[in-house]
Amino acid sequence: MSAPVSVSLLVNGEPIDAFVLPRLNLADFLRENLKLTGTHVGCEHGVCGACTVRVDGEIVRSCLMLTVQAQGALVETIEGVSDSGEIADLQVAFRERNALQCGYCTPGMLITAQDLLKHSPAPDRQAIREHLSGNYCRCTGYQAIVDAVEATAKTRAERGT
Amino acid sequence: MTVTHPPAETLSVLDRPNSYIGKTVPRPNLDRLLQGRGQYVSDLELPRMAHVVFLRSPHAHARIAAIDADTARRMSGVIAIVTGRELEAVITPWVGVLSHLKGLKSAPQHAIAVDRVCWQGEAVAAIVAISRAAAEDAMEHIAVDYEELAAVTDMRTALDPATPVIHASLGDNLAFERTLDAGDVDHALSESEVVEAEFVFGRHTGVTLEPRAVVADWNAAEARLTIYQGTQAPHMVQNIAALHLGLREAQVRVVCKDVGGSFGIKVHIYADEMATYALSKLLRRPVKFVADRIESFNTDIHARDHRCRGRICVRPDGTITAFEIDDLTGIGPYSMYPRTSAIEANQVVNLVGGPYVTPNYRARARVVFQNKNVMCQYRAVGHPIACSVTEGLVDLAAAKIGMDPAEIRRRNLIADDAYPCASPSGMKFEQLSHHSSLAKLLQMMDYDALRAEQAALRAQNVYRGIGIASFIEVTNPSAAFYGVGGAKISSQDGVAVRLDAQGSVICQTSITEQGQGSEALTAQIVGSMLGVSMDRVRVTLGDTDNTPYGGGTWASRGAGIGGEAALQAAKALRRNILDVAAAILQSTPAGLDIVDNRIVNAADSVSRIELSELARIVYFRPDTLPPGIRPELMATRHFVPRQYPFAFTNGVQASWLEVDNETGFVTLLKHWVVEDCGTIINPQLVDEQIRGGVVQGLGAALFEKCIYDERGQLTNANMADYLVPMSGEMPDIEIGHVVSPTQESELGAKGAGEAGTAGAAAAVANAVNDALRPFGATITEIPLTPQVILTSLGRI
Repeated sequence: MSAPVSVSLLVNGEPIDAFVLPRLNLADFLRENLKLTGTHVGCEHGVCGACTVRVDGEIVRSCLMLTVQAQGALVETIEGVSDSGEIADLQVAFRERNALQCGYCTPGMLITAQDLLKHSPAPDRQAIREHLSGNYCRCTGYQAIVDAVEATAKTRAERGT
Repeated sequence: MTVTHPPAETLSVLDRPNSYIGKTVPRPNLDRLLQGRGQYVSDLELPRMAHVVFLRSPHAHARIAAIDADTARRMSGVIAIVTGRELEAVITPWVGVLSHLKGLKSAPQHAIAVDRVCWQGEAVAAIVAISRAAAEDAMEHIAVDYEELAAVTDMRTALDPATPVIHASLGDNLAFERTLDAGDVDHALSESEVVEAEFVFGRHTGVTLEPRAVVADWNAAEARLTIYQGTQAPHMVQNIAALHLGLREAQVRVVCKDVGGSFGIKVHIYADEMATYALSKLLRRPVKFVADRIESFNTDIHARDHRCRGRICVRPDGTITAFEIDDLTGIGPYSMYPRTSAIEANQVVNLVGGPYVTPNYRARARVVFQNKNVMCQYRAVGHPIACSVTEGLVDLAAAKIGMDPAEIRRRNLIADDAYPCASPSGMKFEQLSHHSSLAKLLQMMDYDALRAEQAALRAQNVYRGIGIASFIEVTNPSAAFYGVGGAKISSQDGVAVRLDAQGSVICQTSITEQGQGSEALTAQIVGSMLGVSMDRVRVTLGDTDNTPYGGGTWASRGAGIGGEAALQAAKALRRNILDVAAAILQSTPAGLDIVDNRIVNAADSVSRIELSELARIVYFRPDTLPPGIRPELMATRHFVPRQYPFAFTNGVQASWLEVDNETGFVTLLKHWVVEDCGTIINPQLVDEQIRGGVVQGLGAALFEKCIYDERGQLTNANMADYLVPMSGEMPDIEIGHVVSPTQESELGAKGAGEAGTAGAAAAVANAVNDALRPFGATITEIPLTPQVILTSLGRI
């Protein structure tokens, strides 16, 4: 095991300087070092999608990325996109449609859905299902989530945003 | 929505002005979860908290000859390394039996294995360190000398004389056997057509997204243990922890905040959780255990590993004259604690044939030990087995006599006006609605049009199938489930409601929340009964120090039992409030009502006094109240069903799918459910429970299986190799309701949590066989993988 190395990055707009072991993955860094516990850990091998965050605008599985790989990057978590208001409408749609039960998949699901809506403003249901198909939800059966994303796409289209 | 009982002449308590009951309202706790501000146990940190990881056996069955942890103990960050023998001084072993399951036997199980391991994944040593990473580093330096023993893995040979006995003290590998013989099956066999099949089910598991997690905090100065755990039954955990640590229950507090999925996986007590409690007591500091995904697959309870031979007797006119089953299930090396691993097979015997009038029923179920991970209750316990066997047999019978699957059900389902009645296995039914449900289902799916479409497509070599499955579901269990067997698992629940000093309501309930909406339905009921808006109702749950005593949320009991307790508590508080209001307003309680957070005249709804003002007077100016008035702005009520052991519900599902006969892939096109859970408190939450349950059943039907090799090694203990349903493969699910409230409670609610899972796999299996009928193939095995389908088609 090698010694800690220094890493500097922006997390939800805040500059962070830290010394971390090279083996520390980004999910653990966010949760354990920065106490950003909204990023959830489900499988730790990149399958379940619960740890999805945005790095320089792209969605990544933070359990598959080392913290040192985020050197100089902008990392955005559920706490950041919630507080900025970026996904407020999506969150309302999820609440209205009960598109979450236990809520453990929800941060990753929201960030993944937002990614879809940014790149594809009017996705059909199958496109929504395909885009979310790397995010595991055991509670809902997915239909409510698809409904909520579809409804958000429609309202955004009507608003012209 | 179809209501089988006409509403009473007068308004019931459910129809009060501005009632939330029967309305879709968002759950109050969602914003916390939507913003990543939930409080799951895996998020929890406490001062001086240590982390434990468990060194687990790589063998299915082995003697532990020696454990050498000297190097590991000296590693940086390591606090303690504890073996089973050492932990025995702190925590006693247990035996997972219940007295009402006659003959059920199991062997003493330890928190950490002592001398011998009985499945791959059983903990051999605990490594406690300042971080999980440090503990895992140290774990790699522990050397265990194992002497491998013969592993019992095939349930079909577990009882053979030549097979080694896993627990010598038990004499054999038979944990439990139940037989039942009702009516005259032999006569039915002699006078009817007989169809026989063996139904094979893949062992699978819950795969909660948040793994099991616990933080145990023994405070030596207070002599008190606080357990933070994602559990469905906090008071059960309190009882068991106290019992085995030599404490009084008052010395144990169990706190359960957000839980990242449960489905029955987190209603049990696991050895590693017991070890974590004990380690905290031993080390006098908080200790945290969070299972990783491999540990989840190897130690979370598995379920549904059954092979069931079934026979159905049918006359040419479609009358089903008998069901007969011989069920075999392998549960791992121990009966799970404290709910036991015999319940699933017992439920299969209880439920087979349950929707039908057929009086002749013979059953045998045998539960055997194996050197695999333990099996126990997972969502819809036993129902998917019973439903798949029953409905598979009914479809085989229909095919045998050339009758439409919908028609044979129509001819045999218990009539909607035949209640109350009982099944051949002794299950009592208060009021079910099989025929209304089936009629509604066929209408929703436009059955005849679908059959026509199916026929047209077949001509184009497109193979689509329709599968129907009727089911019954056990909900609202009384003491008959566990209490009568000696388990300290409460079947009653309690709710305390109080008016605070600003006229808001604080409500404490013993049911728990894992996402079903327990908090929402409690707030809806309390708000409706009190005339208080939901935003003024705050619900506390999941804390043995701060809620009444009760069972929790499992077996589809939260709404029916906890909901009724909430209703009665709110009614009592309402009476108390109106007594005070009458005194203040010089009126009578009967002349007043509470609507929209204020006291109004019952007759003309004229506003008299705000609840906040009433609360101000009671709490701060009691001196101004008339003499003799003793306001009691808090009320507590408990409820338990007494009349029926279970409130049975019923429903029917249908699947529409396409089978690719070249690749063996199944595409789910649509799924329908009609379900009758009695009074519906929140339609959206009920529908979402059903949808989620259906998809768990679809996973079992198509994907999910814990694949063991012949040495007892779980070969797919990760989420890449163990397939779960993802959004891309799942269909939209349409849901309808028939409403037959239970008369045993004022609320009338039965459970809805397991209906989806109960019948989904049976509907899919019947649909696949329907699609494959042109090929003459019949499959009675799940999951229906491409391999299984292509094998049945003779292509591989």
